[in-house]
Amino acid sequence: MSEGTLYDKVWDRHKVTTLPTGQDQLFIGLHLIHEVTSPQAFGMLRERDLEVAYPELTHATVDHIVPTANRDRPYENEAAETMMAELEENVREAGIEFSDPTTGDQGIVHVIGPEQGLTQPGKTIVCGDSHTSTHGAFGALAFGIGTSQIRDVLATGTVAMEKQKVRKIQIDGELDEGVEAKDIILEIIRRLGTEGGVGYVYEYAGSAIEDLGMEGRMSICNMSIEGGARAGYVNPDETTYEWLEETDYFQENPEKFEELKPYWESIRSDEDAEYDDVVRIDADELEPVVTWGTTPGQGVGITDPIPAPEDLPADKQDTARRAQEHMRVEPGETMEGYEIDVAFLGSCTNARLPDLRRAAEIIDGRQVDDDVRALVVPGSQRVQETAEKEGLKDTFEEAGFEWRNAGCSMCLGMNEDQLEGDEACASSSNRNFIGRQGSKDGRTVLMNPQMVAAAAINGTVTDVRDLKEVTTV
Amino acid sequence: MTDDGDDVEIPEVDYVSGSGVPIRGNDIDTDQIIPARFMKVVTFDGLGEFAFFDVRFDEDDNQKDHPFNEDRYQDSSVLVVNSNFGCGSSREHAPQSLMRWGIDAIIGESFAEIFAGNCLALGIPTVTADSETIQDLQDWVDDNPDGKIDVDVEAETVTYGGMTVDVTVDDAQRKALVDGVWDTTALMKSNAGAVREKAEELPYVADAAIPDAE
Ligand code: SF4
Repeated sequence: MSEGTLYDKVWDRHKVTTLPTGQDQLFIGLHLIHEVTSPQAFGMLRERDLEVAYPELTHATVDHIVPTANRDRPYENEAAETMMAELEENVREAGIEFSDPTTGDQGIVHVIGPEQGLTQPGKTIVCGDSHTSTHGAFGALAFGIGTSQIRDVLATGTVAMEKQKVRKIQIDGELDEGVEAKDIILEIIRRLGTEGGVGYVYEYAGSAIEDLGMEGRMSICNMSIEGGARAGYVNPDETTYEWLEETDYFQENPEKFEELKPYWESIRSDEDAEYDDVVRIDADELEPVVTWGTTPGQGVGITDPIPAPEDLPADKQDTARRAQEHMRVEPGETMEGYEIDVAFLGSCTNARLPDLRRAAEIIDGRQVDDDVRALVVPGSQRVQETAEKEGLKDTFEEAGFEWRNAGCSMCLGMNEDQLEGDEACASSSNRNFIGRQGSKDGRTVLMNPQMVAAAAINGTVTDVRDLKEVTTV
Repeated sequence: MTDDGDDVEIPEVDYVSGSGVPIRGNDIDTDQIIPARFMKVVTFDGLGEFAFFDVRFDEDDNQKDHPFNEDRYQDSSVLVVNSNFGCGSSREHAPQSLMRWGIDAIIGESFAEIFAGNCLALGIPTVTADSETIQDLQDWVDDNPDGKIDVDVEAETVTYGGMTVDVTVDDAQRKALVDGVWDTTALMKSNAGAVREKAEELPYVADAAIPDAE
């Protein structure tokens, strides 16, 4: 059993009691809610005549179904309007703060929490959304929960959970040009498998992680769940504190910053902490990773050949065969040159400012391929606003990208942004499951945002490092 | 220090019995179990008919080959799956749609954690066994669509066709199901006083955010 890790410490600080089931009852410091997974939980609360126990530790936004084009109310899509109205009613009744689109603070739940300073080290954070693991980038213990658990948190301020094991993933070295945090996590999932993390929480450590900004750390923690780990975290450090100091919460309560800092320091993993498992990855060796299949674990370096199913472990062969058929890729070839129809730059993995900036650098002065539909969907209204001020919007639009309002959009195709037929999409999101982007014949290739930009320009999956060389000549 | 819990009766689930339905394949994700477009609803009612929708129907809503479409499985209640079943999105809509289709228990090689937790919250056991055991069971179900499968949650066994095999039920899950304490809301609400004390100890929780004792 692990000892002295951030996970152990935060768990102990929040444990209320051990329940008769053997599970621990854990106090929840921040409960984020959105329109898709919360209405049923509020319904259950009403059925039982219960109230929201900790409304001030709860925060709502709207992201999954919200339209990213025309946002006039009522929304054109009736179901979307119903869900929005339901959420508005629920938060009003309970007195929960709501970053709705009229506030200018709306966005994907995992983008706005960190932006506003709601996400802090040493907090327990839950949301009815599996990518809640994102918030672990700040040294929070953050995990996705189901709707019945949302009901529990609403009604009691706690969840029932079993403690997990801790795997330290030590990533040392320096990332090459064109290689990003996204590639680190795609590589981790490729190596350890989509279920490799089941039963574990991942601690990401090492010089490559320390060198990353908060956005990169968020991209990595975000996809912990794709590797089967319900939570992932990075120990808080100066980079974390610098981010926090700039957020609304600490701008409004500067005294809190000094007050809380000792707590943040105290929950860092000890030097001699014990882990259940340690995995090492050499950052120097990484190149941009893209997926060739229909799970995030089916990835490959951009210059490496797509594996033959028979070369994979026995239990992976069937899935690989079916995935290759769906994607229409051949083992032995690389993903370079794979034709795409759509380029999607967005999602809680990669739609923060630095993501858009890096992609814009590649786009600048170039044109999107004639056969490609390309869209940028900023992660939040604030990202959008800053990006517009910086001129990124113009760069993207001049190149032929559509510039949208903030939301989940084509990451899961619940609003009008969907793949059609068997379109192939170069996507900065986190899931390439069949049907994920709205069409069951659609084909998703996951990659980092610069790689999405490069694919949009060439109309094919492209090694962005080749484009960079052209610019520097 | 106790609040009034609510008085919902929580049934004990120590035993599930019914005929089986096999769904083969590893890494079957929740997007497949219930595609996102069917989540534009504010209640879970009626989700049953959309279970596995995109693998059951083609573009023109014609039925495709899928066990959930086969007549012989229409009354089945024990789902038999392979590894990492229910991975991906945390949507409780997935087990809700399976439950509303008629599933009372799932036997598989392994389950994604959030999915298994969501099942538990609905009183659906997620029971595991090695891949050989599962394949044998799937084959047997193919040949015996009306054959009864008994899942004994407490004893951690599955009995079918006159044979009993050992399976594993996660300890906490077993206890919760067998003792009828899987509905955690009531259980945890009775500790409201201790929860408030915990909140007071945490440096980041403002006093104003902590509710008064009832
Ligand atoms: S952007 Fe995608 S992964 Fe992130 S919360 Fe929205 S739907 Fe989920």
